[in-house]
Amino acid sequence: MLTSSDLGALFLTFKVASIATLLMLLLGTPLAWWLARTRSAWKGIINAVVALPLVLPPTVLGFYLLVLMGPARAVGKFTTWLGLGTLPFTFPGLVIASVLYSIPFVVQPLQTSFTMIGEQPLEAAATLRASPLDTFFSVVVPLAKPGFLTAAILGFAHTVGEFGVVLMVGGNIPDKTRVVSVQIYNHVEALEYSEAHWLAGCLLLFSISVLLVLYTALKTHPVAHPLK
Amino acid sequence: MTHMTNIQAHFQLDYGDFKLDVDLQLPGTGITVLFGHSGSGKTTLLRCIAGLQHAPQGFLEINGRIWQDSKRGLFLPTHKRPLGYVFQETNLFSHLTVWDNLHYGLKRIKQNSGTVKLMQTLELLGIGHLIERMPGHLSGGERQRVAIARALALNPEILLMDEPLASLDFKRKQEILPFLSRLHQQLDIPVLYVTHSQQEVAQLADTLVILEDGQALASGPLSETQSRLDVPLAQDREAATVWQVTVAEHEADYHLTRVAFAGGSLSLPAVHAPIDTPLRVQIYARDVSIALEAPTATSILNVLPATITGIADGRDSQTVVQVKVGNQSLLSHITRKSALLLGLQIGMAVYVQIKGTSILN
Repeated sequence: MLTSSDLGALFLTFKVASIATLLMLLLGTPLAWWLARTRSAWKGIINAVVALPLVLPPTVLGFYLLVLMGPARAVGKFTTWLGLGTLPFTFPGLVIASVLYSIPFVVQPLQTSFTMIGEQPLEAAATLRASPLDTFFSVVVPLAKPGFLTAAILGFAHTVGEFGVVLMVGGNIPDKTRVVSVQIYNHVEALEYSEAHWLAGCLLLFSISVLLVLYTALKTHPVAHPLK
Repeated sequence: MTHMTNIQAHFQLDYGDFKLDVDLQLPGTGITVLFGHSGSGKTTLLRCIAGLQHAPQGFLEINGRIWQDSKRGLFLPTHKRPLGYVFQETNLFSHLTVWDNLHYGLKRIKQNSGTVKLMQTLELLGIGHLIERMPGHLSGGERQRVAIARALALNPEILLMDEPLASLDFKRKQEILPFLSRLHQQLDIPVLYVTHSQQEVAQLADTLVILEDGQALASGPLSETQSRLDVPLAQDREAATVWQVTVAEHEADYHLTRVAFAGGSLSLPAVHAPIDTPLRVQIYARDVSIALEAPTATSILNVLPATITGIADGRDSQTVVQVKVGNQSLLSHITRKSALLLGLQIGMAVYVQIKGTSILN
């Protein structure tokens, strides 16, 4: 059975993932829009930076974040100056690390669907008196709905599954930074295999459900053909 | 509405392999066709007028309002220009019903006259029964009619159409052309219509602009521009002149109709239309022959006095002769040998015999 600390870990995991997903959508949407439309020379560099967490070992990302957010470095100094203290081993620190870790899973599907919408609906909207911002909300967002759905689900699920970054930046503090993946690790370390089974089973079930929802939804709302 | 508005369009842009350099004065009424082959710059010109493309050097005045003046750094963004635009590829929003597509622009302008206008347009275009459908469930022709209605619903000051029939097959084209002709009679705003089809020129144009390599070769009233000898159109095997005439008299016994134009009349196969109905008659240059004296015994009904206004070389054995019949210009393709034997010269009074005509509407 799940213990109360297991439940705490589950709750914390979903809290981190929800807040991180929200932040990733807020940051990722303008970023993806820019990447989909720009002809700037910066596009390649920014694309590479956004995709970096896909190939970088999570421990490496976590290590650099830990160093950067520590009291001796720019980010740490800045947060201290703001009166927030330093971020490692705190909940906000965990959220920020999660955002950086999972953002490619949000930016890439959005960028793909923005690119696929193409120029035509935007031009049509402009000839129908819609300003660029109006066009974004009345044409781009509805046409990119499958992209937003994919981005939110993948971003959330990937954050739930993180381990290396959490261990580096968040540590293992109950109800503050001890997420499910870390809790499973603790159980296995303590040879509590039956507890580990329960939690691992929960995550397996979650992951399968998420992917099922995603692929069923995308079958009825294909990302392609924004224009008929 | 009788007020004349004028369109002044001057654009220069340079993409390296393509340059656009035009300076046009166009009438503020009727359909002006921008005609040219692909790569001639006709679509680029239309997009510059819409503001979808920003020509670095440009001046555009429509209806007394300046939309672009690069000297003063003025460039009105597309969404602030009171225009209607019909794209070559049907460009309906796939996430909205026909009804919501039609209302997309209406919701964004602050006038309520739109709904009445919209209902009239729906009726005119015959799409009232489609309003609940999604664009994906319409035929190509229906989609293009909805797109035209969507542009017109806004009560624009100018309608821009970029090859609206190009993506349709022959049958769909024939389905839409009558709607466009009807629009032509009912609209009081200028229409700029881009096409590479001579058929559409003949059926729709009042004013013709011929574009080639980003420049305007000729621009003016339809039959005048069609019969200019300095544009390649005059040498074309399909060279023709369109006359705008009105029904004058029915000769029921002969199944004929007489139509009148400034300076004369023509006999046509019977047209079932009331007196004074405007018609477009197309006369192919290859159907027009020339005689020095009025032929007394001929089966050809339409023999008209004319004056030669120009002579140019045609293809192979051909000579192109340009004449004036009353106020109307006309082209004739005859052999170079005949031209020499008859001693044709500019200014000569001759007779033209018109072997065949076709009525376009």
